[in-house]
Amino acid sequence: MSRPAPDEIAGFLVAEARLLDERRWEDWLALFAEDGWYWVPLEEGQENPRESVSLIYDDRRLLETRIRRLAEAALHAQTPASRTSRIVANATVEEEGAGEVTVRAKFEMVESRHDRRRVFAGTTWHRLARSGETFRIRWKRVDLVDCDAVHDGISVPF
Amino acid sequence: MAGPGESEIAGLIRPGRVHRRVYADPAIFDLEMERIFARAWIYVGHESQVKAPGDYLRTRIGRRPMVMTRHQDGSIQVIHNQCAHRGAMVVAKDSGNARQFECCYHGWTYATDGRLIHVPRRHGYPAHFDPDDPGTAMVAAARVASYRGFVFASLAADGPSLADFLGPMTTSFDDMVDRAPDGEIEVAGGVFKHAYDGNWKLYLENLCDAAHPVFVHRSSIDAARAQDDAAHSTGAGEIAVRQMRQNGAPHDFWREQVGIWTYPGGHAFLGDYHDDDKLVAASGDPLFAEYLVALQARKGAAEAKRIMEVTRWNSNVYPNLSFMSQFRQLRVVHPVAVDRTEVYTYAFRLKGAPARMFEDTIAFANVTNGTGSPVLTDDLETYGRIGAGVTSAGAEWIEIGRGYQTDRPDGKGGVAGIDSTSEVYIRNMYDAWLGYMAAP
Repeated sequence: MSRPAPDEIAGFLVAEARLLDERRWEDWLALFAEDGWYWVPLEEGQENPRESVSLIYDDRRLLETRIRRLAEAALHAQTPASRTSRIVANATVEEEGAGEVTVRAKFEMVESRHDRRRVFAGTTWHRLARSGETFRIRWKRVDLVDCDAVHDGISVPF
Repeated sequence: MAGPGESEIAGLIRPGRVHRRVYADPAIFDLEMERIFARAWIYVGHESQVKAPGDYLRTRIGRRPMVMTRHQDGSIQVIHNQCAHRGAMVVAKDSGNARQFECCYHGWTYATDGRLIHVPRRHGYPAHFDPDDPGTAMVAAARVASYRGFVFASLAADGPSLADFLGPMTTSFDDMVDRAPDGEIEVAGGVFKHAYDGNWKLYLENLCDAAHPVFVHRSSIDAARAQDDAAHSTGAGEIAVRQMRQNGAPHDFWREQVGIWTYPGGHAFLGDYHDDDKLVAASGDPLFAEYLVALQARKGAAEAKRIMEVTRWNSNVYPNLSFMSQFRQLRVVHPVAVDRTEVYTYAFRLKGAPARMFEDTIAFANVTNGTGSPVLTDDLETYGRIGAGVTSAGAEWIEIGRGYQTDRPDGKGGVAGIDSTSEVYIRNMYDAWLGYMAAP
């Protein structure tokens, strides 16, 4: 595809962050391709998700189950639900080819739950394929700055 | 102020009951660090994590930061990560290789067995200063021993040998190692570090709890049951979804087909609760068939059959270790405070098994031990709610009496529950707890 305009990519990332903040999980899942995957590595520079553990590594099947769970009534880890606020910025196109682009961006997310506030920050990588007026996510990788630190449970995708 | 006395300690345990203070009182926690964690054999790491001379791994005994090293002579040492000069933490990286350890503050330098070997600018120290005094060191744990590659250390010079401490639990370690066609396993694939606002004892109390999954894991069980298996999977999601469904095994299955066995010292193991032919003894899985051929080739058909017939789920070694052979997972419990606990989890590779089997081990680690797991996050939430719940007076006596009147000897020096939902393994941990805590 022709290189998307910077505004179009930034607009896509902002819209995605909004879906997550508003807990519109099914709409977020619908952004992913049918063979899409979502990955939050545990190690800095982790090479693959198959031979080393990850904070989250969901192929399409597991991502569907994760999202379905977030709507379950007996969801203890999200009772009460987290409220989140995300900022996404600094988007650049890192690679393009085969009708797709790889976009690198920065994010910060504040999560509030049980009178406690946590801050997550890092780099996101999206592989985007043109789909009509918008994109579909072929894969998304989230590199947290503290990926290998001790964490309490993480229930909300970044 | 003095800590709780012996009669006060004994008064916290009743038949089938335990007082909530044992989960909430900082004075009890401090005493546990002295009387349990500074006396018992504590799991500190696996030999494969320090293969070559100079290899080291940071670990802990209770709250005390330790370093497990492979010393130049090939022995394994466990030393306090603290400089004898001004108390600075000496080793700052989680793991690595070093000829010696040099303190960042004034350059005191230690050998990999903790001995002080160099003090720069010696002229300034007082006349009685003796760098050869064994107390002037990164002080080594009094005892270090290993069983089939699993390394334990004790801060107490006296006490039972590691073999006596483990007792019949050695068979669970055997099961872990025997499954490797080449007879060797190694830690691989990274470490999860997860935490919760609750007491350290809650963790092992949950890992053999067969009655909780259908309640705690309701959300992931139902979400997995509704999952369309036609959805694309690289293999990782398939393992995860199958495991979530297994947590929803019917109550009759837990009662009739899964057992729980406990042994002196607070140890226990839970029988397997899986009937999924991809997850365990995976007769329907070509990769597993390939593995079985490798195992038979190295061990013989009869021995391979014997190994496969050992079907255990979690094995708990009190006070800080739980592991399971079928997917080669290991968890280490690190108490931080009375209401704060960290858990490190590791995966093992079976040497001589098909390489791709390890991918299933990783997928399984992500769903059972993953900080972002749809399963584990509900466990962590539960520990946090217990942590919050036990701080207030009211319901003073916690109930651990499920199956109490039906515990029975197992014929091997242990006590079995009538079925897997018995809380016999918690009562057994409190027997051990009292043994440590009531001894001044």
